[in-house]
Amino acid sequence: MLKASKLLKGLVLSTLLAFPTPLLAETPQKADSTAFADVKIGPDIATKTLDNGLQLVVIPDHRAPVVTHMAWYKVGSADEAPGKSGIAHFLEHLMFKGTSNAPEGEFSDIIAEVGGQENAFTSTDYTAYYQQVAKDHLPTMMKYEADRMGNLVLTDEQVLPEREVILEERAQRVGQNPGAKLAESFDQMMFVNHPYGTPIIGWEDEIKKLNREDAFAFYDKYYTPNNAVVVVAGDVTMDEVLPIAQETYGKLKRRAEPGERIRPQVQRIPGERVATLEDERVAQPSLQKGWLVPSTATAAKGEAEALDLLSYILGGGANSRFYQQLVVDSQKATSAGSWYNSDTLDTTQFKIYATPSEGVPLEEVEADALAIVADVAENGVSQAELERAKKSMLAAAIYAQDKQSTLARVFGTALTTGATVEEVQTWPARIAAVTNDQIKAAAQKYLTEEPLSGYLLPANYEEPEAKGDAQ
Amino acid sequence: MTKAGLLVSRSVALVSGGLMLMLSVVSAQAIEIQRVVSDQGIEAWLVEDYSVPIVAMEYSFQGGTTQDADDKLGATNLLSTMLDEGAGELDSQAFQLKLEELTMSLGFNAGRDRFYGSMRTLQVNLPEALEMLTLAVNEPRFDEAPLERMRAQVISGLKREEKRPQSIAGRKFSALLYPDSQYGRPSKGTVESVEKLQASDLKAQRDKLFARDGLKVGVVGAIDAETLKKALDQVFAKLPEKTQLTEVKNVLPLEGKSERVDFDTPQTTIQFALPGLKRDDPQYIPAFVMNHILGGGSFSSWLYQEVREKRGLAYSVGSYLVPLEHTALLMGSTSTRADNADEVLKVIEEQMVKMGEEGPTAEELEKAKAYLTGSYALNFDSSGAIARQLLGIQNAGLGIDYINKRNDLIDDVTLEAVREVARDLFAGQEPSIMVVGPQTAPKQ
Repeated sequence: MLKASKLLKGLVLSTLLAFPTPLLAETPQKADSTAFADVKIGPDIATKTLDNGLQLVVIPDHRAPVVTHMAWYKVGSADEAPGKSGIAHFLEHLMFKGTSNAPEGEFSDIIAEVGGQENAFTSTDYTAYYQQVAKDHLPTMMKYEADRMGNLVLTDEQVLPEREVILEERAQRVGQNPGAKLAESFDQMMFVNHPYGTPIIGWEDEIKKLNREDAFAFYDKYYTPNNAVVVVAGDVTMDEVLPIAQETYGKLKRRAEPGERIRPQVQRIPGERVATLEDERVAQPSLQKGWLVPSTATAAKGEAEALDLLSYILGGGANSRFYQQLVVDSQKATSAGSWYNSDTLDTTQFKIYATPSEGVPLEEVEADALAIVADVAENGVSQAELERAKKSMLAAAIYAQDKQSTLARVFGTALTTGATVEEVQTWPARIAAVTNDQIKAAAQKYLTEEPLSGYLLPANYEEPEAKGDAQ
Repeated sequence: MTKAGLLVSRSVALVSGGLMLMLSVVSAQAIEIQRVVSDQGIEAWLVEDYSVPIVAMEYSFQGGTTQDADDKLGATNLLSTMLDEGAGELDSQAFQLKLEELTMSLGFNAGRDRFYGSMRTLQVNLPEALEMLTLAVNEPRFDEAPLERMRAQVISGLKREEKRPQSIAGRKFSALLYPDSQYGRPSKGTVESVEKLQASDLKAQRDKLFARDGLKVGVVGAIDAETLKKALDQVFAKLPEKTQLTEVKNVLPLEGKSERVDFDTPQTTIQFALPGLKRDDPQYIPAFVMNHILGGGSFSSWLYQEVREKRGLAYSVGSYLVPLEHTALLMGSTSTRADNADEVLKVIEEQMVKMGEEGPTAEELEKAKAYLTGSYALNFDSSGAIARQLLGIQNAGLGIDYINKRNDLIDDVTLEAVREVARDLFAGQEPSIMVVGPQTAPKQ
C-alpha cells in the first residue's frame, strides 16, 4: 500500500521544480541542501512575447521525441462575474465543441489518430488546455489550439447537454463526497468577500442558468492572445517553435484587454467561525483548522518559502511533528497533516487536519494539534528539522525533472499566478536561504490568530469521553 | 487531504484499466533494454540512462492478496504497510528518518496476483538506498507499536470504504462474480479479519511470497549493469529459492447476475462485467483493440460518445479489460443521476450488443490502431514509468523483444479478428451488473 502521507511529502509541493541536467551531473557527494542553493532551474528555458501579446515559453528536454503543448489563460473561477459561478469551467468544456474552421470532434480525432493525449483543467486563477504528442505533430497542435483561441463556435444543441454533463460532474465530485461538501462550506467561510470562496465548478443553481451567451461573453473577454501563455516542453528549441508560433498564434488578433486582475479582497473578520457537517456517509470524524496566509504572489520576500517549509515540518510526512506526536507518540490520531498552496494570485489558506483514533475526542486531538502549532510559533523548529525539510523539498525538484509535463505545468502555473520565469528558476536559492527565525516569524504572524474550524462528522456523532485511566 | 483547486475536463473512466496493455511502449526512440543476470542468478531488465541522476527500481513477487488464508484476510495488504516500519537494527522512527535523510522512497503494494515493490533514489545516495531496501525486504521487524498504527490506518480506510459507493460496489461485485474463489474475497480484508492479524501472520505471509522463483525486476536510471548485479545479490539473494503458494483455481466470473444496494447518494454507481480474456489468450490483442473502440481511453469511444457526448448522462464512463492470473474480466463503470440509471444501463447494453453483432467499422478500427500505436511513446515519460513497463512485460511473460513487436501486433489486428472476439465476448452473453444508489421511482 502506498502511504500517501509519506510518499507524497515532497511531491505535493506547490512548486515542483527541476534542475538542469549539466548541473545535475555535478550533484555533490551528499545531497546536502546548501549544495543546491545556487542551482538555477531550467537554464535552457527560453521565453518570447509575440506582437499580439502572447507569451511563449519553450522548455527543451531531448530525452524522447515527444512534446507537451499547453495553452494557459490568465483567467479562472475567481474572475467570474457575480451570479455566473462555474462559467470558467463550463467554457473549458465547451472549448472542445469546435470552431468556424474545424467542426466538433475534428481536433480530438486528429489527436486520437496520432496517439496523442489531451485534456484541460480549470483552477481559481488559470485555465489550461494541453496535448502530448510525438514532436512531428506539434505544428498541427498549435494550429488547432490557436484556432480555438479565436474562432470558437457554439450551438445550443452542444451547450445544453454539456451543461448536464457538468451537473453530473458536480454530483460526482461534490454530491457524492461529504468531504467536498464541507470544503465548500469551509472555503466560503474562509474567503469572506473574495471569490476563492466560490467553488470552481460553480453553485448548482447558477450552473443551471449558464448559457451560450455567458460562455461567449467570458470567452470574448479573456480568451485573447495577450491573456495567454503557451508552454512547449520537450524535444524542441525556441528556434524551432517560434516560427510555428508566429504562423499560428501570431496571426490572432488581440481581441480584448482583460486588464489587471483585481478582485474584492478577502476580509479578516472577528469571531469564532465553525463549519460542521454531519453525514450518513462519513465513517469517522475528522477536523480541520485554517488560517489566511499570503501566497507567493502576495507574500513579503521569503515568507511564502518559509510557509512551504513550515507546512512540511508540521505535517509533511512520517517524520513531521503532527505524525510523530499525534500518530506515533500519543496515538490520539490515525492521520494528521498540513496543507498550503502558495500558487494563487491572492491571499490563500494554510490548513491542518487530523482524524482522531477510535474513542479519542476530537476536542483533545484539536487541542494537541494547536499546541504543536503554538510551540513552533513560540520556539521555532530545530536545525535538523529545517535541514531535512529543505533537503527533501529540493530533492523532490530533481525527481520532478524526470517528467517533461511536470515542468511545463510548473512554469504555466507560475506565469499565470503572477510569477516570472526567473522567480521560478531561483526558487531553490530562496528555499535554501530560509532561516529558523523566518519560520518562527511566519508561524507567529499567521498561525497564532484564531483559526477557522471545520468538522466532518458521522450521523448522530457523539463526542467520546476524554480518556481517563478507566481501564 | 488532496490538493484542491483543479477540475479536469474529461474523465474517461473512474477506474484505470487492466494490467498490461495500458503500457504500450516505445520503439521509435529505441529504448535499449539490457538483460542483467547477477552472480547468484537473479535477473533484472535495465535501461541505463544518465540524463537525470536518479535510479528507479520496480520489482514484484508472485502471489498477492489471493494468497491470504481464509481466516487471515488482509494479511498481504497489511504486510505491504509494514515493510518500511522498521527493519534490522532500525525501529520504525529510525527507519523513516533515514529514508527522509536519504531523500529516497520505498513503496509496497499488494496486488491480487503479485506483490509489488518500488524504490526511487538519487544516484549519489544509491549505496545507502540499497541498504535500506535490503533491510526492508529481508529483515522487517513487525514491531508492535507500528503494527497497531498501521492496523488502525487500514481499518480506518476500510471503514471509509464502507461509506463510499464505488468501494461498496467493487467489494460486493467481486463477491457476486466469484462466490467460491479467492478473487471474490475483499483484498484488504474486513475490519474483523484485520483486527485479528498478528505479527506472526505477516511474517508467515512474507515467508510465503518473498522468494526468488517468482521475482521480476525492472530498473531505469543512472546505474550500470555491474553495479546492478551486485545490488540484485545484495537485496534478493538471501531469499529462499521457492515460493510456498496456495493453489488458486482457474475460475470464470458468473454471468447474468445482478444486485443493487440501496445507498443514499445523489448519484447511482453502476459497474458491469463479462468474462474477459487472460493476457496469454491469442485473442487478447484483438480484444484490447475492440475494447478501446467500445469504452477505452479516448474521447471517441462508443460509450463516451453515447452516454456523455450525445446524452449528457454522465461525466465519466468507460470499459476496460482485467486480465488476471486465474481469471479475466471485461468491466465497465459509470455514475449518473439516480433517475437516469436505467437509461444509462440501457445505452451501455445496446452498445455491447451492437459490438457483438456488428462490430466496429473498418474506419473505426484504423483509428483505434492509429491511436494505440501512436500513443506508444507517451507512456515512456519518466524513469519510473519505464521501470513499471519493464516489470509489467516480465510479469506478463511477454519477452524482452515485446517492446519492438507490440505495435506490429496491434497493426496486424484484422476487422474479422475484432468482430470475432466481440462476438465471442458479447453475443448471447448477459453481463453481471452491480448498482449502488438511492431508490427511485422509474421515469414516466
